[in-house]
Amino acid sequence: MNSIGLILGLPLAGFLINGIFGKNLPKSIVGWLGTFTVLASFVIALGVFNDLRHAAIPSEGLHFKLFTFLNIENFNVDFSFTLDRLSVMMTLIITGIGSLIHLYSIAYMHEDEGFYKFFAYLNFFIFNMLMLVLGANFLMLFFGWEGVGLCSYLLIGFWYKNAEYGKAARKAFIMNRIGDLGLLMGLFLIFHQYQSLDYSIVLPKMADGSTSQAMLTAISMCLFVGAMGKSAQIPLYTWLPDAMAGPTPVSALIHAATMVTAGVYLVVRCEALFYLSPITNNVILWVGLATSLMAALIGLKQNDIKKVLAYSTVSQLGLMFVALGCGAYTAAMFHLATHAFFKALLFLGSGSVIHAMHHEQDIRQMGGLKSKMPITYITFLIGTLAITGFPFLSGFFSKDEILLAAFDHNKIVYVLSVISATITGLYMFRMFFVTFHGTYRNHHHSFDKVHESPWQMSLPLMILAVLSVLGGLLNLPSYLGHNVSMKLSHWLAPILPMAESHAEMSHNTEFMLVGLVVLLFVLVVLYTRNKYVSKNAVPEEDALTPSTGKVLANKFYVDELYDMVFVKPLELLSSLVDNMIDSKLIGGLIAGVSTLLLAISGLNKKIQNGNIEYYLTFMVLALALFLGFNLFF
Amino acid sequence: MEIIILPLILSLLAAFTGSKINKTVWGLLSFVSLFAMVYMKQHYGIHNDGVWHNTYDVPWFSNGIHFTLGIDGLTGLMILLTNLLVPIIILSIQTNNQKSLIPLILFMQAALNGVFMAKDGLMFYIFWELALIPIYFICLLYSSKDAFKTTIKFFIYTFIGSLAMLASLIYLYLKTENHSFAYDELLSVQLNYSESIWVGAGFLFAFAVKIPIFPFHSWQANTYTNAPAQGSMLLSGIMLKMGLYGLLRWFMPMAGESIAFFQPIVILLAVIGIIYGAVIAIKQNDLKRLIAFSSLSHVGLIAAGFMTLSAVGIQGGVLQMFVHGINVVALFYIVEIIETHAGSRELSKLGGLAKFNRLFAALYLIVVLGTAAVPLTNGFPGELLLLKSVFDYNTITGVFAGLTIILCAVYMLRMYQFSMLGEGKASLKEIGLMKMIPLLILVALVIFIGVCPQLIIDQISPSIQKIMLEISNSKGVLS
Repeated sequence: MNSIGLILGLPLAGFLINGIFGKNLPKSIVGWLGTFTVLASFVIALGVFNDLRHAAIPSEGLHFKLFTFLNIENFNVDFSFTLDRLSVMMTLIITGIGSLIHLYSIAYMHEDEGFYKFFAYLNFFIFNMLMLVLGANFLMLFFGWEGVGLCSYLLIGFWYKNAEYGKAARKAFIMNRIGDLGLLMGLFLIFHQYQSLDYSIVLPKMADGSTSQAMLTAISMCLFVGAMGKSAQIPLYTWLPDAMAGPTPVSALIHAATMVTAGVYLVVRCEALFYLSPITNNVILWVGLATSLMAALIGLKQNDIKKVLAYSTVSQLGLMFVALGCGAYTAAMFHLATHAFFKALLFLGSGSVIHAMHHEQDIRQMGGLKSKMPITYITFLIGTLAITGFPFLSGFFSKDEILLAAFDHNKIVYVLSVISATITGLYMFRMFFVTFHGTYRNHHHSFDKVHESPWQMSLPLMILAVLSVLGGLLNLPSYLGHNVSMKLSHWLAPILPMAESHAEMSHNTEFMLVGLVVLLFVLVVLYTRNKYVSKNAVPEEDALTPSTGKVLANKFYVDELYDMVFVKPLELLSSLVDNMIDSKLIGGLIAGVSTLLLAISGLNKKIQNGNIEYYLTFMVLALALFLGFNLFF
Repeated sequence: MEIIILPLILSLLAAFTGSKINKTVWGLLSFVSLFAMVYMKQHYGIHNDGVWHNTYDVPWFSNGIHFTLGIDGLTGLMILLTNLLVPIIILSIQTNNQKSLIPLILFMQAALNGVFMAKDGLMFYIFWELALIPIYFICLLYSSKDAFKTTIKFFIYTFIGSLAMLASLIYLYLKTENHSFAYDELLSVQLNYSESIWVGAGFLFAFAVKIPIFPFHSWQANTYTNAPAQGSMLLSGIMLKMGLYGLLRWFMPMAGESIAFFQPIVILLAVIGIIYGAVIAIKQNDLKRLIAFSSLSHVGLIAAGFMTLSAVGIQGGVLQMFVHGINVVALFYIVEIIETHAGSRELSKLGGLAKFNRLFAALYLIVVLGTAAVPLTNGFPGELLLLKSVFDYNTITGVFAGLTIILCAVYMLRMYQFSMLGEGKASLKEIGLMKMIPLLILVALVIFIGVCPQLIIDQISPSIQKIMLEISNSKGVLS
């Protein structure tokens, strides 16, 4: 069995075993089986990574064809996979963080009656996510794409007895399907143009300049619609905050570290296509920027610890799309990786808090938790520092790379991106200080009962904290010396043939820009500390919120808008079509025809009245007609 | 021939023994036809090379009219579907007091097999009408309400369609050189344009009612809803495939030049039907009505794919016929279980059933996903091919047809949510293992075909190529 088969097969086996027999297995076996299958995939992927480092042709990867999925005339699609430099990076992130989150879940979900179901779904998610990144053609990608959407649906609605959660799950699935339709249309266009869906055939043809600009734009726009759905960009982002209904490990794995970054992966995979479609690039840039700013602003006024992180994720994804729009593909992948580290850390940290607080998620009900939960506190601090860009932590480097690319691309984009990054600092430190500092504010749940989480939960936190600190090593900026820097750029360069290295800006400009960001960071920390620790502004703050703040707290009323513009009209249309058109109009037409027939038969009845003269008259008339017809025609 | 006679014998036996023998026994006995079919395939060494095999040909009441049956890849798949689903339909019977139900179903099975195997125009017509008789009585005798009104509407509607088809067949018969109803003879008739439009319209009307294609669907929802579960399964699972099969085997090769005239009309109506059915399904409260409109939506896509006259569309459509048969029977089966074990099939009275039976919840979910065409379930490959064919035919039409993947997710997930999830008011009685086995078989097929659709494509593709050749030979529209 080759390594790709094992990487994919192990989580699938875990899913099948836990899904079919898990009910009768002890929880310890279920949990550890789920964890080890993913961990084993990770180890194998590490081996492949090592092989790829020494591969003769750096742009080549491993290939694995399972069987022919469909073959009709020239429409030929295989169940085949490829493991190249890009997909190995994604695989390592997915299985690495995936196994940590599985481990965490053993403790987090321990009390849950659906324990085995949870691990089965989680394994199935890993399998689908791997199919997405390992697929060797667009259809395999689509398989994974829909598959992760399905797992997301299953896991958001995991506590199925709660109808609200079920609604959130359906919302996620349906919004994703809107994107999927775009992606599917993109696939049809690709096949129409290139007579194939295989990356190895399609991607070089996209790059060679033989495709018309209109076609490239059409294809890339369709694919981006898919990316908008999966990566929660405007206008298809509202499902992600609602997706927080799922258990917290799910939020960490699916709705922060892996699935939602699939859109970024798709764009990077089709680098040539997007690189050659300037119109789409601009759309990506501005959609990403708008999403980043809007989500960050909403994040300022959320009080649910997971909702803040959810909007933060949307905002960070927006920033990745800004990088893609600027043509900085490596920067986007770099931020994807570091974001996976620190956002998974933050979500798991919030899960640890929620666990300790017995499912309380409102930060206004917390406060002063640092003394009770030292590991969670310190790791959460590291995560917060990493995401807000504390110098030399992972987020500092990856975000700076995006900001520099934006500066290089367009000064307005740069300014807006810096504003977005600064708001990130504001809401993250607000949440951090309100949760861990100040005084404890919950009167229902005694402070003494707040406890640190077991080792299965704190170990992943510690590992992720280390990664959040050191993640920057992946792609240090060039001013730190050529031996240690730009590792990821070099690694991905063979996969990204089009993106030429950016004109090096002078290190002085670079230092100035970095200095500005650091200055803003310091101001943000001082401001939030003063407001939320010294003045203890929460929860009174909400009562004093001006009307603009209410707009933010209500998420710009976008949910209400969608409900009014799409959901309600569709339901109305459904009733209307059913009650009016179907039963009255079409049913009426049919009834009309049958009435007409009855009328004719009534006429007939009159003719067939037994009166012999009538019959004779008709016979003669008919004969005359018949003869006349024969004579004249 | 055996697969027509076997069910007939069983049907007679069932009629005479009445309810003395348990219905489960009949369910198992009816698998005989399926085994006979598999045995025949092995025994006679039937290859799927597009040629009619195992033909049975005896002169009947005049020289031109023969009793001719045969099997090719397309027919093979259809009778496989019929003989697979009929036992499952019989096993789904819940009560013992519907005495005539089993003989009627078995009689229906014989007629359906005949429709798919007929190689002679008159034979096709006779079996076509023969299939109408048992379903008429099933609906009439065991409907829940308004039996006479809905059944008579359904009967008259489809019967008028059949007569139109008969007219077309007779016209072609008169035009053949030596007055024959044989398939190949009818095929070789050369019609002028206006003749071909009338002949085509006759066929098309019969099939459009049966499929049904919008706006000829108004018999469907009430008939499905009021019919006993077995009737709904027969109608939606197999009988509407008669219409699609007829479209492909009879209308498309025989419509002559007029196919170019009908192509845009049928595709337009079919795509309207896709969205129309899906939109109505979104707000339905009665599970059977919901499935009826979902079915309207799904078969619309199949008809549209056929009429694109492309290999991808036709093969995808045939695959989807098989798949739709499995899924829709599974759905009606599930509804039947819910209705008998939870006491209602109205969504407003259901909810929260998942906690009572996890296995049932899982199987139900897989069928829902199959219907919503999630990858690695059987709904996906067919829908992919069909949408691709419509998209290639016309981009805008393709996008509209593609809305089905969104709308279908909306109504199927709503259906699942409101019947199985949430706190819920209803409760589910214990479901016996025997009740679960047919569902398990269907679910296994949902996944198996979802992963390896090419196995079915390989079965049908030589026959489809031959049909496409026949279409292009007589009309030159494909070249």
